[in-house]
Amino acid sequence: MAVKNIRSRTVALPATNVDTDQIIPARFLTSTSKAGFGKHLFADWRYDAAGNPKPDFVLNRPEAKGAAILVAGRNIGCGSSREHAPWALQDFGFQAVISTEFADIFRTNCLKNGLLPVVVDEKSHAWLLANPGVEVSIDVETTTLTLPDGTQVKFPLEGFARFCLLNGVDELGFLLSQSAAISAYEQSHR
Amino acid sequence: MPKTMFEKVWNDHVVVPETADTPAVLFIDLHLTHEVTTPQAYTELRTRGIKLRRPDLTLATMDHSTPTRTEQVFGGVPIAVDSAAKQVQQLEINAREFGVELFNLQDSRRGIVHIIGPELGLTQPGKTIVCGDSHTSTHGAFGALAFGIGTTEVGHVLATQCLLQRRPKTFAINVVNDLPKGVTAKDLILAIIGKISVSGGTGYVLEFRGRAIEKMSMDERMTICNMSIEAGARAGMIAPDTTTFEYLAAAPRAPKGAEWDAAVARWSKLPTDAGATFDRSIDIDAGVLVPMVTYGTHPGMVAPIIGSVPTKGDAVFEKALKYMGLEPGEPIGNVPVNNVFVGSCTNGRLSDLRNAARVLRGHKLAVGVKMLVVPGSQSVKRAAEAEGLDKVFLDAGAEWRESGCSMCLGMNGDLVPAGHYSISTSNRNFEGRQGVGARTLLASPETAAASAIRGRVTDPREFNR
Repeated sequence: MAVKNIRSRTVALPATNVDTDQIIPARFLTSTSKAGFGKHLFADWRYDAAGNPKPDFVLNRPEAKGAAILVAGRNIGCGSSREHAPWALQDFGFQAVISTEFADIFRTNCLKNGLLPVVVDEKSHAWLLANPGVEVSIDVETTTLTLPDGTQVKFPLEGFARFCLLNGVDELGFLLSQSAAISAYEQSHR
Repeated sequence: MPKTMFEKVWNDHVVVPETADTPAVLFIDLHLTHEVTTPQAYTELRTRGIKLRRPDLTLATMDHSTPTRTEQVFGGVPIAVDSAAKQVQQLEINAREFGVELFNLQDSRRGIVHIIGPELGLTQPGKTIVCGDSHTSTHGAFGALAFGIGTTEVGHVLATQCLLQRRPKTFAINVVNDLPKGVTAKDLILAIIGKISVSGGTGYVLEFRGRAIEKMSMDERMTICNMSIEAGARAGMIAPDTTTFEYLAAAPRAPKGAEWDAAVARWSKLPTDAGATFDRSIDIDAGVLVPMVTYGTHPGMVAPIIGSVPTKGDAVFEKALKYMGLEPGEPIGNVPVNNVFVGSCTNGRLSDLRNAARVLRGHKLAVGVKMLVVPGSQSVKRAAEAEGLDKVFLDAGAEWRESGCSMCLGMNGDLVPAGHYSISTSNRNFEGRQGVGARTLLASPETAAASAIRGRVTDPREFNR
C-alpha cells in the first residue's frame, strides 16, 4: 500500500531510549498473526496491574484519540528486533514516528510496514515535544515535514525506501525479480 | 587497498552492488530461525505460493517461549503458556511444510539459537548470518557478519536467501591492556556500552580489537559480540585466529579433512589489513576495569561494583531510579538481591556455568534468595552435568532447568515478581523485561553467584581463592 502524505495531530512521548520491550512487552509475542497488537501497545505504561487504563499516560488521554503521528524521544525502538513493535504502533493508528534518532532494526522494520520514520533536527524535535497535539503534515515525495506555522523541515529517507513507499512497491517482489543474479552468485560460490 | 574484516565479508556477499537508487542485494550464508519471529513470515510465503529457496542454509530451533521445567519438556506435562504451545506447534507445521531442519522441544541438540549455531560449527568466519533476533550479533565473535532482522526480512531470506542492505559504517573498539584478574568479558562489554552509550553504535559494525580480546576464549568473545546490539550497533565482529579454529575443529558441522584446510586458509585472510581505516574508533583501557553492574533501565546505565549510583541525571535517569527503587549516590554494594538468573545467549555457555559454580561451590543462597540456572543449550546442560555443576547449583539451593531463553525475557512464564531485584547474567535491564515491575541488574555469572550468597550485590573478587 502506497504512503504519500500524512496529515494528523501529534502525540508526544518525550522519553529517550524507549525500547521495543516497552512498545510491546514480550509476553504478547506468542501470537502467530500480525493483527491485534494495538491493544497491547505500551501495555505496562498504559494499564495498571488490574488492567485499567492509567489516565495520566499520554495514549490514554482524550486528545490522543485519532492522532496518527507519534513524536518520540531520541533513540526510539532500541533493543529487541521484534517487528511486533511497528505492528502494534500501526494497529493502534500511528502512521509515522518523529524523532531525532531511530534504532537501526526498528527503523528498518517500520519502513518494511509503511510506518514512516521521520528523523528531524533537535530544534524542530524540541518544539514538537513542547507543543503536543498540533497538526502537522508529512510529504513523502518531497521528504518534508510541515509545521503549523508553515515551517518546512526536510528529513532524510533512503531513496529506495522512499520509492517503495510512494509506489506501494513490495520489496519481496523486487528481491524475487533478482533471481537470475542470485542464481549466478550461488553458482560461483559453491 | 587495505580492507577491514567487515569490508571483506561484505564484498564477498554482494549479489548486486548498491547504487544511489537501490540498496545492495546481499547473500546470506546461514539463516537461523525460531518460533517467535517466523510464523508471520511463513504465512506470507504460503499466501503468495513461494517456496523456501535454500532449506540447506536454514535451521530452526525453539527457545524463546519454550518451557524450562523438565516435566513440561520431557514429562508429557502440557506447556503452561497456551499461546506458547501454539507457537511451538506452528513452527513444527512450518518446518515440515517448507522442509526446514528443526530441533524440536525434545531434541538433544536444541538450545538458544545463538548458542547452538556456534556449538554445531555452523557459525563460521566470513559467513553472513541472520536471524529474527537482535542478539544474532553473537556470531560475530567468529569473524562472521551477523545481525538481527525483523520478520518481514525473515520472509525475504526464506524466499530469496538475500536481503536488501545499505552498507553500514565501521567502528573500531580498541581494547588496550589486559583485564585484571577477576574482571570478565561481561564487565568489559558493560563498560564499553557505558562509555559509548546505548545508541553510540547505531549505523556501525563494531570490530573489537586488542590484546585483551585476542586472549579471550570463544565463549568470552561471544559475550562481547552478543551485547554489541545494546550499544545500538548493527553487528560486532572479532578477527578469527587459532582460538577460533581450535573451537571449530571440534564442532560437528564445521568443514572436515581437505575442506577444513581450505577453510582455515580462507579464514586466515579475513582479519583487518594493516593500514585499513575505520569510520570511527575509540580506545578502552581494560586494565583499569572492575566488575560492573547496571543500576538503571538500559544497559548503558552501568557503574563499577565498588562505586555508586550517579548523583544526578536527566528526567529519564530519575524515572529509571524510581522504577529501580534506588537513590542517587547509593552504593551499588548496598542493593539487595531477591532473584538470581544465570543463563541466556549472553552468559549461558558452559564456561559461564563453571564460573558461577566456582564462586557458589560450598555456599548456600542467602535466605529469601531464589536462583534459576538455565543452560544455553541441551548440550551445555549435559556437559555441565557431566562435570557435576548441576549438583553445585542444587546444593546451594538453586533450580536447575532445561535450556532456553527463559528469564532473560520471561516469555515462557519464568518471571521475576514485581518489585524484586534480579541480578541477571542476561543482556537487557529494560523495565518489565523479566516480568512486570521486575528490577533487573545486569552482571557477570561470577557477580550473580557472589550476590546470591550474600543476598545483596557483591563483588565476586571477595570469593577469589
